[in-house]
Amino acid sequence: MTIQEISNLIEGKVLCCGDVPDVKIDYAFSSDLMSDVLTLQQEHMVLITGLANLQAIRTSEMSDISCVIFARDKKIGEDILSLAMENNITLIESPHSVFHISGELYKAGIKSIY
Amino acid sequence: MQFRHKIAGGDFSKAGNAASSVKKVLNQLNVDHSIAKRIVIALYEGEVNVVAHAYSGVVDVQIDEKQIKIIITDKGPGIADIEQAMKEGFSTASQQVREMGFGAGMGLANMQKNSDFMNISSVPGEGTVVELINNVRPYEG
Repeated sequence: MTIQEISNLIEGKVLCCGDVPDVKIDYAFSSDLMSDVLTLQQEHMVLITGLANLQAIRTSEMSDISCVIFARDKKIGEDILSLAMENNITLIESPHSVFHISGELYKAGIKSIY
Repeated sequence: MQFRHKIAGGDFSKAGNAASSVKKVLNQLNVDHSIAKRIVIALYEGEVNVVAHAYSGVVDVQIDEKQIKIIITDKGPGIADIEQAMKEGFSTASQQVREMGFGAGMGLANMQKNSDFMNISSVPGEGTVVELINNVRPYEG
């Protein structure tokens, strides 16, 4: 599934960056605990989180996560946008909860890691 | 090749700057992707530890064609019981650190998992030195 298709499923707004239509996503992981995210090995995954801070982007950079979905319309600061842009990470804002977004993606065939 | 990064204790906005620079260098050197990922995750966890617990720190990086050696030296409270600190789930992190998405007591164990060699030495009341070594090889396609 592409990032654009994922965004459409969750009434998302793609804020930036990267080559959005072409990036394929196989897995999703929902967490506010970045320590947990840093233990994952999978490629082609999206992070669903309510943690709207720089460390969510830094963690994604180190873990090669190309897309981060922020749940419940979290405010995304300029510093977060600019770090995402620098690292070619796509950001999506969704009005839905982490639980709702996870459910929609799971239903659409995105795989769970554990 | 060798370089040094400074880390300011308590400044979460810059946590990850050293790991980000190392990642770019490893990409330029065409180091195998999965090897580079382990190195930058271990270093990032180390930087977060310094920001979360110490007053200041430095990261020294040495890279040659066979290995990368990273030494993270901080001035801070040190670790009284390293064996206990290595146990998953043990943490002395503040509420502020937990709000940043860390502080679950997983960092040191994850650093060990992502390095080929790790050594920690610490003097309580003075600081901690963490040495990380990873073997590297170029990406072979």
